[in-house]
Amino acid sequence: MSYTDATIQVLSPEGVIVENDTTAPYLPLVEKLSDAELQEMHRQMVVIRRFDIEAGNLQRQGHLGIWIPSLGQEAAQVGSATASRPQDHIFPTYREHVVGRMRGVDPVDTLRIWRGLTHGAWDPKVVNNFHLYAVVLGTQTLHATGYAMGLTFDGATGTGTPDTDAAVIAYLGDGASSQGDVSEALVFAASYQAPILFFLQNNHWAISVPVTRQSRTPLYLRPSGFGIPGVQIDGNDVLASYAVTRENLEETRAGGGPRFIEALTYRMGAHTTSDDPTKYRDDAELDFWTRHDPIARFEAFLRAKGAGDDFFDSLTQEGEDLAADVRARTLALPVPSSSAMFEHVYSEAHTLMQEQAAWLAAYEASFEGGAA
Amino acid sequence: MTIETLSMAKAINNGLRAAMKADEKVILMGEDIGPLGGVFRVTEGLHAEFGGNRVLDTPLAESGIVGTAIGLAMRGYRPVCEIQFDGFIFPAFDQIVTQLAKLTARHQGHQTFPVVIRVPFGGHIGAVEHHQESPEAYFAHTAGLRVISPSNPHDAYWMIQEAIASNDPIMFFEPKSRYWPKGEVDLSASGSPTYSSRVVREGTGVTLVAYGPMVSMALQAAELAAEEGTSIEVIDLRSLSPIDYAPVVASVQKTGRLVVASEAPGNVSIASEVAATLAERAFYSLEAPVLRVSGFDTPFPPAKLEANYLPDVDRILEAVDRSLAY
Repeated sequence: MSYTDATIQVLSPEGVIVENDTTAPYLPLVEKLSDAELQEMHRQMVVIRRFDIEAGNLQRQGHLGIWIPSLGQEAAQVGSATASRPQDHIFPTYREHVVGRMRGVDPVDTLRIWRGLTHGAWDPKVVNNFHLYAVVLGTQTLHATGYAMGLTFDGATGTGTPDTDAAVIAYLGDGASSQGDVSEALVFAASYQAPILFFLQNNHWAISVPVTRQSRTPLYLRPSGFGIPGVQIDGNDVLASYAVTRENLEETRAGGGPRFIEALTYRMGAHTTSDDPTKYRDDAELDFWTRHDPIARFEAFLRAKGAGDDFFDSLTQEGEDLAADVRARTLALPVPSSSAMFEHVYSEAHTLMQEQAAWLAAYEASFEGGAA
Repeated sequence: MTIETLSMAKAINNGLRAAMKADEKVILMGEDIGPLGGVFRVTEGLHAEFGGNRVLDTPLAESGIVGTAIGLAMRGYRPVCEIQFDGFIFPAFDQIVTQLAKLTARHQGHQTFPVVIRVPFGGHIGAVEHHQESPEAYFAHTAGLRVISPSNPHDAYWMIQEAIASNDPIMFFEPKSRYWPKGEVDLSASGSPTYSSRVVREGTGVTLVAYGPMVSMALQAAELAAEEGTSIEVIDLRSLSPIDYAPVVASVQKTGRLVVASEAPGNVSIASEVAATLAERAFYSLEAPVLRVSGFDTPFPPAKLEANYLPDVDRILEAVDRSLAY
């Protein structure tokens, strides 16, 4: 629906490799992927979708306050995450569940946030530089840019050694593209020639506001005004997502300055479980994107390459196992003690925190042994 | 003891230089802070001495300055951001309040955010709209931020270095009306813990609490009152989050009277917080209601009216008289 002549598509919706002048630079990268690597990408997409459904169920059953589905965006996320290197830093929005999982985040930790147990459920250093979710749209693009500026100042990038030179990926969405922070991030990234790739998933809807209200120009053209090259890909094509991200990351890693990718995809579900897309979307649009499902497309490709039912059945089983495991462990998550509110507000002693924590502890203790 | 006589602007400049020499991760960011040295020349000479990767003349985008400083802090840097004028801080308000202030807690202690945001603030310089404001209460109201404000060159020299050494985000409010008067700076020792308030003039009749630009005015008021036989004890808060109440409580227990002076509008202000807390902690010592002397709850007026808007010695003494009349 929103595909343009500029949209880079490596795998057609029927699951066939597209060979033309546009895809020619990317095909060698795709050809280098082993069957095992290709199947791993599929595994990540299939399993996270099952997790996503389970999380939605948990919300509907009252076990999560809210859930933010990524249904339909699996290829954009898995392809780009596969293209990253271990030393890269990734600054997500709040929907990159599979990117986090691929970097080492336990999916149950993701749910701790939505179960109301924590605002930040992992240590980025432990999960391979996958930073915390950012709920305020676009704020993370400035943090990512600052981090990338630091890489440059430290000489940790652009030395010509891709195995150790680091780069940054900042994820954002079409809604965030209107935020001032995103424009400021593009300005700073360009000014300091920071090694950062802005990866915009255009899922067409910012809750109920269509992308056409965010931008009258295709979003991949916007960075050109900042002096940053931008490209548009079919975000439901995991191979395009992988190959174009890989190429752009290697360019920025090598000192080429910032890059920008607009991945055209679709939020097949609701914005969150609090949303009701039937109030603002047509069935025809959903039908179009259902026919462009990223997982069905890649399955067709893998089947043509020889993958059989055993493989696909094993992924289904793995998804079921993960869903059961996630459900059990989520329901067993402990609620933090009330004193946790005061911990880590500051890293050094602050009298207000000490006084109020002490007061609350004494107040709560006054009920112990009393009328329950 | 090594004493130098310096303006506050120069004292902060020297403090920044010392911090940058001590730790190569200390970097400065802001608008016009490079070769120009900032609009108040607080960073003068630092760009030439430390280079453009340590003293970043940034694009004119306050949210961008603070947001990228956060990322640099994650990378291990200790950024010191200059917001050019008090009234220009609001484009960065979101990054300060929703991000910088909350990221330490969001990271559950796994990451610290040693970012200092320097804000020249307050009136008395006859400038245009947005250049004379006192927005400190917004930040003191925000959990996760520390807010401090020096009133004299000695404190400025030490407090900026202490702020940079802290692992918490710190809002550093510099009273721009006090940038130029010179004072003695003891380069050998600070003499006070960072988050402590301090009795700067002893007295017995009324306690007068002030901070930042109002401290020198409070001292003038005390001097004039003494000539008429009224003994005022003046306390410089120095830190607005946290506030060190012990010296204030002790003073009020002695004097029984409290006047709080600040340039900021009085409604929902630091002065209000001090008044409320002393009502809780020193109720039986008070002989009179706690009084506030503050800017009015209007927008900061055009320059020709600033003398009518800002508290001055006479308004402080008027409040002291009212307190004593009870």
